Amino acid sequence: MASARRALISGLFPRPVECAAVFNDLPNAVVFLSFDRRVLYLNRAAEVLTGLSREDAQGLPCRHVVRSSVCATQCPLDDLSRDSGPVCRQADVINRDRQRVPVRLCSVMLRDVRGAVVGFMEVLEDLRSLDDLETRKGQAYQFGRIVGRSPAMERLFAILPGIAQTDSSVLITGETGTGKDLLAEAIHQLSARAKGPFVKVNCGALPETLLESELFGHQKGAFTGATENKPGRFRLAHNGTLFLTEIGDLPLPLQVKLLTFLDDHVIYPLGSTKGIRVDVRVIAATHRDLQAMVRDGKFRQDLLYRLNVVRVHIPPLRERGEDIRLLLDHFLAAFVSDFHKHIKGFSKDALKCLLEYPYPGNVRELKNIVEYAVNVCQEETIQIHHLPSYMTEVPVKIVAPPPESREAGGEEAVSEAPVVEEEKGGGWTSLERRLIVEALVRAKGRRGRAAQILGWGRSTLWRKMKQHGLLERDENGSSRGES
Amino acid sequence: MRRVVVPVHGAEVAPRFDLAAEVWIGLQGPDGSFVEERTVVLPQASAETLCHLILSEGAHVLVCGGIEQEYFDYLVWKKVTVYDGVIATVAAVKKALEEGTLTSGAILMERHIEG
Repeated sequence: MASARRALISGLFPRPVECAAVFNDLPNAVVFLSFDRRVLYLNRAAEVLTGLSREDAQGLPCRHVVRSSVCATQCPLDDLSRDSGPVCRQADVINRDRQRVPVRLCSVMLRDVRGAVVGFMEVLEDLRSLDDLETRKGQAYQFGRIVGRSPAMERLFAILPGIAQTDSSVLITGETGTGKDLLAEAIHQLSARAKGPFVKVNCGALPETLLESELFGHQKGAFTGATENKPGRFRLAHNGTLFLTEIGDLPLPLQVKLLTFLDDHVIYPLGSTKGIRVDVRVIAATHRDLQAMVRDGKFRQDLLYRLNVVRVHIPPLRERGEDIRLLLDHFLAAFVSDFHKHIKGFSKDALKCLLEYPYPGNVRELKNIVEYAVNVCQEETIQIHHLPSYMTEVPVKIVAPPPESREAGGEEAVSEAPVVEEEKGGGWTSLERRLIVEALVRAKGRRGRAAQILGWGRSTLWRKMKQHGLLERDENGSSRGES
Repeated sequence: MRRVVVPVHGAEVAPRFDLAAEVWIGLQGPDGSFVEERTVVLPQASAETLCHLILSEGAHVLVCGGIEQEYFDYLVWKKVTVYDGVIATVAAVKKALEEGTLTSGAILMERHIEG
């Protein structure tokens, strides 16, 4: 492809094209190396990054030109093999201007038409602008897109940067709607793999046979309908992070395959006997109690130990106290801006109701409630009647769903309505009677106020009181108003 | 007499000052030739350790590859003559020092150009 003096690309276009014309205007530094790792060509961005001109660099060992922190001990070219894809590393280079420049370094093996290795290509992306951005982005009370300032979340935020910098497997646990997906993405974004792919797979969303092919890929002809090779999510996540959400729903046979991968980082596509080495960090998440699943024989204990290297538990919103107010304001500001509304805040009543609500669907439910209120509200302040009716209509006791209660429907399954605690041996009739009595007690017997509390008209309350036998005997036949 | 320190990687000047785990130290006589030389293995590669070693050895000259500005400025402030950005073998550095031709950014390594 390239001659030493005048690098040309031939065979692609009708006439040979100069390398400079193709590579010089690229924003990333590109360096071509010979088989013995000497510089053949570097584009303009590489000249700027290293401070060496093409003429100066040509023919020199790459370690003296690139001067990256991984050159001496972890040369990415050493990790390139016949079956591996590009190898990417986060590193830094020291250039001729004596500046240390953070870079993402990706190396690829170059082969001739017969498959013989002829050299290597290195692409270096200057990360200085991204680093600046990260610093600016680091707002108070935030980690990635997760907001919180409660002690529980502060503890979590304190350990996350350290976790992100390692390559260990992470297991994220927490109730539905707590932000497990966001956390996984934030860990990826803060890690050295940030520029690599972040691939998400919902283990509960696909049947076992499809999931195996989806995760590990298949060879052409492996099964009926496999008309071509499929790389699989593990290979797509090469040099990045694979996020396995709802890991508790992973079928047992696939748990074994995942365990094998975590041991040796080699995947075996369906129908293939040849393993492929991939460099992937695994982050798993679940709302299920994996320990209980292990006891029930539904989850492999050894896989739990492998995944449980770093365990992060996101507390439910009801345990995050002051975060509710912070999140309400955060989402209100976001939706007001998105929907071009002029809402300034919440009324006292609405805020009281919002702060007292137990949020069984956690942050996702809170976000949906604020979105609904912003949609409905045409005033400057969100009033109690702008909130979803299930929050205000029946002041029932609400309990959070137990971890196992959710159907296997993936992270997206939203708890739409609160779960009502049923009275033993009762049903709606007895519950309604109890609600009326409670409202009357709270209203100190004033039926007008009790009707308000229940969100009913006075006549409805009277009719229902009569139905439940709560009226005094002399009231039963008349429609006398309350005192 | 002047003492010369060269962070090395094998037989070459280490591409980076902060990542060199070995140091070549030579004593240059009044006629320019080296009268004494030895190699020191560092417990770990570190720019601070290297700076400390250069000063404790009482070195007059440092020949190195890539070095960060703050270490360069520090050593210059400590009256050490620094030739940085040098791409060469230790033998080529010795020869250039003896001849008095060494400069910062010197490329004294043999090039192999394919094609």
